[in-house]
Amino acid sequence: MKLFGKVAVSALALGLVAGTASAQTTLRMTWYSDGNEGEVLRDLLDRFEEANPDIDVIVDNVAYQAGIIEGLPVQLAAGEGPDMARVTDLGGLAQYYLDMTPYLQDPIYWEDNFGPFLPWLRAPGDELAINGFMTQLSVTGPFVNKTLFEQAGVDLPGEGATWDDWAAAANEVASALEVPIPLAMDRSGHRFSGPAISMGAQYFDADGNPAVIDDGFRAMAERIVQWHQDGTMPLELWGSVSGSTYVGANEDFANAQVVMYMTGSWQISQFSDTIGDAFDWWAVPNPCGPGGCTGMPGGAALVALADTEHPEEVTRVMEYLASEEVLAEFYGRTLFVPGHLGLSRTGVEFDTDNPLAQHALETFSIGVATFSPVSFQLQGYPFNRVMFNAIISRLGQAIVGEMSLDEAYQRIEQDIEQQIAERTR
Amino acid sequence: MVDQTLDTPATLKSRAAEWAALPVRGVMRLLDWPMRLAQRIVGLGGMPYVFLLPNLIFFGTFVITPLIINFAFSLTGGPELFIEDRPFVGGEQYGFLFDCENALNVSTCREDRFWRGIYNTGTFVFFQVSLMILFSLITALVLNMKIRARGFFRSVFFFPVLLSPVVVALIWKWILLRDGLLNAFLTSIGLEKILFFVDPTWAMFWAVFVSIWAHMGFYTLIILAGLQAIPQDLYEAAQMDGTPRMRVFWRITLPLLWPNLLVVLVLSLIKGVQTFDEVYVLTGGGPGTATQFIVQYIYNTGFSNQVQNFGLAAAASMVLGTVLLVLTVIQLVVARRKGGI
Repeated sequence: MKLFGKVAVSALALGLVAGTASAQTTLRMTWYSDGNEGEVLRDLLDRFEEANPDIDVIVDNVAYQAGIIEGLPVQLAAGEGPDMARVTDLGGLAQYYLDMTPYLQDPIYWEDNFGPFLPWLRAPGDELAINGFMTQLSVTGPFVNKTLFEQAGVDLPGEGATWDDWAAAANEVASALEVPIPLAMDRSGHRFSGPAISMGAQYFDADGNPAVIDDGFRAMAERIVQWHQDGTMPLELWGSVSGSTYVGANEDFANAQVVMYMTGSWQISQFSDTIGDAFDWWAVPNPCGPGGCTGMPGGAALVALADTEHPEEVTRVMEYLASEEVLAEFYGRTLFVPGHLGLSRTGVEFDTDNPLAQHALETFSIGVATFSPVSFQLQGYPFNRVMFNAIISRLGQAIVGEMSLDEAYQRIEQDIEQQIAERTR
Repeated sequence: MVDQTLDTPATLKSRAAEWAALPVRGVMRLLDWPMRLAQRIVGLGGMPYVFLLPNLIFFGTFVITPLIINFAFSLTGGPELFIEDRPFVGGEQYGFLFDCENALNVSTCREDRFWRGIYNTGTFVFFQVSLMILFSLITALVLNMKIRARGFFRSVFFFPVLLSPVVVALIWKWILLRDGLLNAFLTSIGLEKILFFVDPTWAMFWAVFVSIWAHMGFYTLIILAGLQAIPQDLYEAAQMDGTPRMRVFWRITLPLLWPNLLVVLVLSLIKGVQTFDEVYVLTGGGPGTATQFIVQYIYNTGFSNQVQNFGLAAAASMVLGTVLLVLTVIQLVVARRKGGI
């Protein structure tokens, strides 16, 4: 009987140990993809899971607009969010982020390598939290269809060329070759803001409060309206939808229907796949104006979320993904501009033999140095989405003639004031 | 002794019916006791309310309670989701919506997008409902005639009703885009391309057209059912009297079809005011705000915009609900006067 008792107790103990060893923590990550980054992430996570059998990461791939912009904020507000998420409204959702500092093995590594970008993720007043890292540092800038320029016998405008120079050149190419769209720009307040700052827009007053409408802003807004009226820009992008809806011209550009396309570095991977070497898609420096030759910085970050029941496990996953070796592979395979200072210094070996992609990556990386401080201030402002929304929706109305530009300026200021007041109640 | 009656089909049928009724009887016995108790408590006069109770509970849970919560949200502000975290602002959201210098000029309203949405919805509903009823009536009259392949044509007209609104919108979007099927046809016959979605008039036209195309089959079916219910002897009598066809239509068909037309009017009007998905996918509310309807305004304000304003969206939806309620009451009053439904 004694023997039986010992055997029973041993079996029970073994069972408990085995049970503990096999207990798995399941973590959920909400993710969206512009190109192949979802596949690369899954590949990296598979390796992590192999080395860490106690953690299982489920990646919920969602559509950007429905899943990240519309769904995630409501999920987070309801306390039903995932453990980690890839976000673009970096500061807007800061109240929901987990400060991983107490769980990190080496917080200094994060400060050293992600330092300039960590404030973008922090809630106002917080100067210490470590919430996540940039899965990509994006920069806005134009691509041109260089093949069309060559066929039309038009030279690419050189260094220091203004927006007017580029618009004139794009129009020349379009009329010579009967290309329907000389110049396209993503329908986005973020995309508009780079050129506006180049024209001298300041966006903030001396105290750091929003002061969007000034001569620089007006100069770019007037050009945008004029370009829509004279056919330089197509009405289908900025004029065909309402509100702050994003519309891109990537498909039109890939189909060689666009001479010049103002978008950003995140298109490189997609253009490598969709265009390849069908024509020369050529990244060019941001056109210049009185305020400089600037685009807008931006990007997407992977953040840990405070509602998680497993902060330590989440931090382990984040530490793995943010490690230099893993990030180097991630940026290299996705063709993303690195948001890791160490990798920016040493360089990333991009997984492409396409010289067009390599040229684009180089152009955008160099271009960051020319960015105006205003663009970084705007990107780091927690209510920048309020400003971008107001700009795009009201300029859209002015473009189709629903209101004058002066009315649009007035509405932009009113919208920003009202929405910031609503959000800070 | 063998009971010979067991063998007759009538007896077998009666036995089968008895067996089939057994579960019903069982349920009735189960309910009998609580029903008697309820009758003892509320009296015979209160029993109809007892029978209505399950539906009232359902209606209360899924309609009235959300309505109350929505109203409560409309009295609050701020970005928080849970109502207990949101500051009470009274009628501020309503005040913001109705803040207009000149009620007849949308541009003078503080929240002009809301009023543009109301105006666009009114325009859309006027054309969509009137044309939908007209075309549904004509189609039903034709399909009620003895024509060849009548069953086939009935199916053809009903088919779009089976499609998802998003599918309908995507199909038409592909047809109407710059490089779509229709523009390919126009250029093939030597005409210029038309950018349908950047012209406010064209965009509204196609929003109305696609909506009619998608929903007409359903209303045609209702009118067709009404036409088939009209006694044939009335037509025969009119024929014997040599009454002209148009007079038959105005004096017999239309008056007897009135109850069905009223149903069609009520349903299409409510559906028209609620229009969202098809037009959202087809035009995105553009150009500018030319086809942004009131439901899209609410959706954008509450959910789609990157800056979500639940309080304002809730206030706008309360206004929409009130408008729908008024429309429904007017129609019910008219229907009663006409002796329709």
